[in-house]
Amino acid sequence: MKEGKYRDQLAKVLGFSLLLILFFSQSVIAQEDAAVEQSDITEVTEGSGAGDAVKGKTLFNQNCAACHALDRKMTGPALANVESRLADDEGLDKAWLYAWIKNSPGMIKSGDAYANKIYNEYNQAAMTAFPTLSDADIDDILAYTAAPVAAPAAAATVVTDAGSDAKSSGISNELILGALALVFALLVFMLFSVNKTLKRVMASNGIDVEKEFGNRTPIWKAFAKNQFLVLVTSILLLLTAGYFAYGWMMQVGVDQGYQPIQPIHYSHKIHAGDNKIECKYCHSSARVSKTSGIPSLNVCMNCHKSIYEYKGNPEGPSREDLANGYTNEFYTGEIKKLYKAVGWDEENQKYTGESQPIEWIRIHNLPDFAYFNHSQHVSVAGLECQTCHGPVEEMEIMYQYSSLTMGWCVNCHRETNVKVEGNEYYEKIHAELSKKYGVENLTAAQMGGLECGKCHY
Amino acid sequence: MASNKKYWKSEAELNPNDSIVETLRQNEFVEEIPVDQFLGDKETLDSSQTNRRDFLKYVGFSTAAAAMAACEGPVVKSIPYVVQPETIVPGVSNYYATTIANGFDFASILVKTREGRPIKIENNTDAKVGGNANARVQASVLSLYDSTRLQGPVANGEPVDWDALDATVKAQLATAKNSGKQIAVLTPTYASPSTERLISEFKETYVNVNHVVYDAISEDAALTAFENRYGQRAMADYDFEKAETIVSFGADFLGDWQGGGYDSGYSKGRIPKNGKMSRHVQFEANMSLTGANADKRVPLTPMQQKVALAKLYATLNGTSIGGELPDYAQRAVDNAAADIRKNTSAAVVVTGLDDVDAQSVVLAINEMLGSKAFDTVAPRYTRQGNVDAVNQLIADMKAGKVGVLLMDGVNPMYSLPNTADFKEGLDKVALSVSFTANWNETTEVTTYAAASNHYLESWGDAQFKKGYYSLAQPVIRELFDTRQFQGALLKWMDRGQTYYDYIKETWNTNILNGGSWNQALQDGVFVSAGEAMVLEGETADPAISTAVVGDKEVGSESEEVAETAAVPIASAVRNLSNATSGGGMELTLYSKVGMGDGQQAGNPWLQEFPDPITRVSWDNYVTVSKADAEKLGLENFNVANGGLNGSYAKLTVNGVSIDKVPVIVQPGQANGSVGLSFGYGKKVGMKSEMQTGVNAYALYQDFNASQTVTLEKSFGEHEFACVQLHNTLMGRGDIIKETTLEVFNTRNHAEWNPVPQVSLNHQEVPATTVDLWDSFDRSIGHHFNLSIDLNACTGCGACVIACHAENNVPVVGKEEVRKSRDMHWLRIDRYYSSQDTFEEDDTKKEELDGLWGEKGSLGGFGEMESPSANPQVAFQPVMCQHCNHAPCETVCPVAATSHSRQGQNHMAYNRCVGTRYCANNCPYKVRRFNWFLYNNNDEFDYYMNNDLGKMVINPDVNVRSRGVMEKCSMCIQKTQKTILDAKRDGRSIKDGEFQTACSAACGSGAMVFGDVNDEDSKVAELKKSDRMYHLLEHIGTKPNVFYHVKVRNTNEA
Repeated sequence: MKEGKYRDQLAKVLGFSLLLILFFSQSVIAQEDAAVEQSDITEVTEGSGAGDAVKGKTLFNQNCAACHALDRKMTGPALANVESRLADDEGLDKAWLYAWIKNSPGMIKSGDAYANKIYNEYNQAAMTAFPTLSDADIDDILAYTAAPVAAPAAAATVVTDAGSDAKSSGISNELILGALALVFALLVFMLFSVNKTLKRVMASNGIDVEKEFGNRTPIWKAFAKNQFLVLVTSILLLLTAGYFAYGWMMQVGVDQGYQPIQPIHYSHKIHAGDNKIECKYCHSSARVSKTSGIPSLNVCMNCHKSIYEYKGNPEGPSREDLANGYTNEFYTGEIKKLYKAVGWDEENQKYTGESQPIEWIRIHNLPDFAYFNHSQHVSVAGLECQTCHGPVEEMEIMYQYSSLTMGWCVNCHRETNVKVEGNEYYEKIHAELSKKYGVENLTAAQMGGLECGKCHY
Repeated sequence: MASNKKYWKSEAELNPNDSIVETLRQNEFVEEIPVDQFLGDKETLDSSQTNRRDFLKYVGFSTAAAAMAACEGPVVKSIPYVVQPETIVPGVSNYYATTIANGFDFASILVKTREGRPIKIENNTDAKVGGNANARVQASVLSLYDSTRLQGPVANGEPVDWDALDATVKAQLATAKNSGKQIAVLTPTYASPSTERLISEFKETYVNVNHVVYDAISEDAALTAFENRYGQRAMADYDFEKAETIVSFGADFLGDWQGGGYDSGYSKGRIPKNGKMSRHVQFEANMSLTGANADKRVPLTPMQQKVALAKLYATLNGTSIGGELPDYAQRAVDNAAADIRKNTSAAVVVTGLDDVDAQSVVLAINEMLGSKAFDTVAPRYTRQGNVDAVNQLIADMKAGKVGVLLMDGVNPMYSLPNTADFKEGLDKVALSVSFTANWNETTEVTTYAAASNHYLESWGDAQFKKGYYSLAQPVIRELFDTRQFQGALLKWMDRGQTYYDYIKETWNTNILNGGSWNQALQDGVFVSAGEAMVLEGETADPAISTAVVGDKEVGSESEEVAETAAVPIASAVRNLSNATSGGGMELTLYSKVGMGDGQQAGNPWLQEFPDPITRVSWDNYVTVSKADAEKLGLENFNVANGGLNGSYAKLTVNGVSIDKVPVIVQPGQANGSVGLSFGYGKKVGMKSEMQTGVNAYALYQDFNASQTVTLEKSFGEHEFACVQLHNTLMGRGDIIKETTLEVFNTRNHAEWNPVPQVSLNHQEVPATTVDLWDSFDRSIGHHFNLSIDLNACTGCGACVIACHAENNVPVVGKEEVRKSRDMHWLRIDRYYSSQDTFEEDDTKKEELDGLWGEKGSLGGFGEMESPSANPQVAFQPVMCQHCNHAPCETVCPVAATSHSRQGQNHMAYNRCVGTRYCANNCPYKVRRFNWFLYNNNDEFDYYMNNDLGKMVINPDVNVRSRGVMEKCSMCIQKTQKTILDAKRDGRSIKDGEFQTACSAACGSGAMVFGDVNDEDSKVAELKKSDRMYHLLEHIGTKPNVFYHVKVRNTNEA
């Protein structure tokens, strides 16, 4: 298993240095771009100028965004310019809006004509009453709906920082590599020149190189004649071949780094990284079951009912994302794929009932003869998902982080202490066992976590 | 110089003119090598273009391709739910309470489902009646996934739509209604309040409806006797736990007698408590499970049983009666009577004779005794079949009086003795519809075969016993385009109601009495507090046989245990005592524990289930006593490969004969009697592997299980698949230790449960104290032990099937079982005594002296191999003993089997290389080797080779591959699950939470599993018992399975 890692290190080093050079050259360009964008954004922010609207945006996102969008129907109607629209079309003033927002069910009950109309139009889904919002708050929100605010520019600088970081580390590596290459070239050059000089000296001394060494046995023939050397070499060769063959065979069935293309481009980076969604919100069965479970589509729809498009970074996708084709439109397209699978009619905000389960490609495949239980590790041991699955929150495309070999399991069981605090189950056994082994904290292995039958039955 | 000697192989070679010699010299092989057979026929061979070089190329290429393919992992898809049901968490089991009521088996059960698939049946411990699943019920989950199930309605062999069927049926029903022709509904016993109500309403709609209840194996005599005496068509209930003396005349009450389910109560009374246990005397012809468990078993032919019963009645009554009985039987009757007299109210008498007189007399005796174990107030409803009604129906059909015949869950063309009459009648019926899960003998001749649901797909209810209700709910949606009969009836009545609504309505108005429906559904059982909803059974007149249930409460009838002494008991007794056989042998037809009435004959688990008594699987056979066998020249013998072979016999009853019935010589079979089991010999709609045995229903004339039969030897030899070839213990009393109640009560346990002694430093010390190995500290954490009480174990085999289901044990088929390659992780050994008792065996072995002579061991051991004519019988479940010092572990070259701190002997299949050293070194012979790949292999066409059958596989247990050793894991997946649940909840584990599949399935309480490090656990207490011993204690394996000495209540000679 380990052998497999070192085997191709050279190739990795070479590949890495090539990548490094490429990256280095790119990040310089990216830096320039970001600077340009930054200046654009500041201009926009200054242009809109209304403090109310900024506050309104926050309030809107906190209270309204679950059911309303500015420019499209969702659970409730689109709210862009709602104030002027109501005033123009229905002749309703701000006071009506205050009343409606603060107590919509009351308005419906009171028999207000437009209130009832809108109530029926949206499948009689009553709007939540917001008695806590003050008139001023509502004004802020209305201001926001009248003139949406562009995103603040604060985040933009992050990209440039990252660029310079990469640069500094890149330079040091680059320097070392460059120096090495130089030394090597120098050595080769020296060798050649020495050889040349020696030949010249021989020529000047009148020694005929051809004649002197011509009828000597070539070195390979001499080698072939020396049976001992041949034997030793072939044994060495065989051993080396065996070593590599073993290494190669040990990695058969080990799919570390397996990164298949999924039917929907689901980005853990966006969900778990950018939006910081707790892993077990979607993979809820990890708490109670042996499988972590791939979330069913209704779980996706808890959020994606209202998140119908990807807005991404306010300053737009990074250059790297663009290079991969990860534009905002691309992500929005993936959300549409979800809608199609789950049978969600965006226009009418309804399920059509025509669903098509998604055939994900399974990444972590334990063989049938190994029993693994997520809840034991997640709920009982309280492990972070990342311990085994790696930095999922940074993975644009999910891949298998760990080798999932038995050696890997066993190592962890040897090193990890059992989490016994506050667990009545462990009280007695831990007290007795730790006394027996004379340790403060028992490892999973000491608890019996290395017994064959614990995982193989 | 070379020798001139001429060597010759046979004399013929010396004759130079012999033509045969010449031919042989030319042809190396006498017979032509059947090249065609293994290469296909010659023509195709010649015409094919593949030459030898091509062939080698293909081989080379495919080998290389296979090798390359092995390096690349397959792409595995993972498809989540679109909308996940709230109750389902992938990887977590759900349990639902439901009920099986298929006309033969009735039980309240729990169904374990995984991701919506039912995978296992468990006992419903909340149920007070019928909460234990027997072997057939345990196996019934596999019938759900039977690949031969009907997948939609069929007419004349062609699939049709339900709509078409509905239209035709409705039209014909209307025609019949108008023309006044009979609409017959032929069903098995439902014992279902809702169905009875539904049929009565169906009757209101279509007027001329005749509901005929037909039990394939009838209890008509018992029902009629009960009806005559108590005015209700039902069966008395018995609680054997309360009985101290049990006298049975041919009643196999540990089997399927009167609906079965009596073993749990019986077993409770068999465990000696305060020096007391029940005493059980059995008069019977066949060696039944019940007889095998009896303290005193008296082999008698059915006719003699009748006489004996009459004599018992007379003795108890203080009168005398004629009739001939052998001396030993007369003595047994007298002793039984004396026993009964000692404590009349704690005695109970039962009979399984299909004779109204016998049944009436038994009722009279129990009433006379005032038996506590006898209950007529709340009788059982699990058999309601009416023989007269069935006969009348066939007569009506033949007379052309029947317009429509609806059948559900019955297969009369298979299970009637007079199928020809039925067929003749059916031809005159305009429309016949048979609701059935499988294509069968009846669907071949009916107009429609209506594909019906499996019970796990259906709603339903049942009243097992008056006031004790059970609810059935579907645990999976219909796998195919099927419909349950009740749903169809509702449709044909144009009721816009589902059967679920209908049941709910019935329960809310009639049964629950204000109780919660949801609670009842969750529990699966409901006990009515006050007045019960009584099923008014079939009345005596078959022409207007009814089963009205009503919305009305018929409570007043329950007090009708009146003195209906008008029943002429005296004449019944006289009839019994005058019983004479009609000459010839007496045949007793019975149902096997593993097959019942044959409904599940297509179930491979049940086919492979070895009969508890004969240990034969995949067959039925005629059982003959040794004396009769010798007389008729019938024999059983073992052939060179170890298989058991037997003669064939031809059985003739009243001119109906079955030929080629395999013969088993059965120790304990009453001389002059033979036995044959129902349920086999089904052919239509079955896989060829499942078409085993002969159909005994052909001999079931007048629905009487006792018949006069003539037996002739017929030509040929039958190959049995028998899993136990050695039938006696050979005096090795330390394998099954047993003692008598008297000794048990009066002597020290060192006398009747001695620990074997070994010599250490020239001192005799207990074998358990000597150790070759370092001892391992097992006092910390859990230490699992399994306790098996040989007194409580009846040998019913529910555990065997439960283990099969839980652990994905493969079915290997008859041929493989014959080669002793059966895979059962848990077997129930059955031993006969060679002398009359095991004790005498022990004495005989002890007294063997020298090689020759009267007590010579050469002859002596040979004699001990053959069981006695009426032997004692003992059952012993044996699974991996999980030895603390396991012989298997030390010989494994790859450390694939190892020990855990928790006491379980682990088996890592992926590590096993299949040397089989462990199996050779196992003193208990519990390890099983996978000789073949049993899954995904069409050579083993049972269930693991098709997608449907695979749905029953337990996802928590590995499916083993070829070349791997396997064995009982002590259900480590279950113990680990229990531990994990406790860890997750952060609590300690209570006693009773740890279960294995076998201990959970054991309804008789013989198997108790638990943690012996938990001082308060039941298993720790049992381990301290005086009766505790380990199997083969002297070899020092220190097993974690222990047994309890069997105590027999035999204080008389």
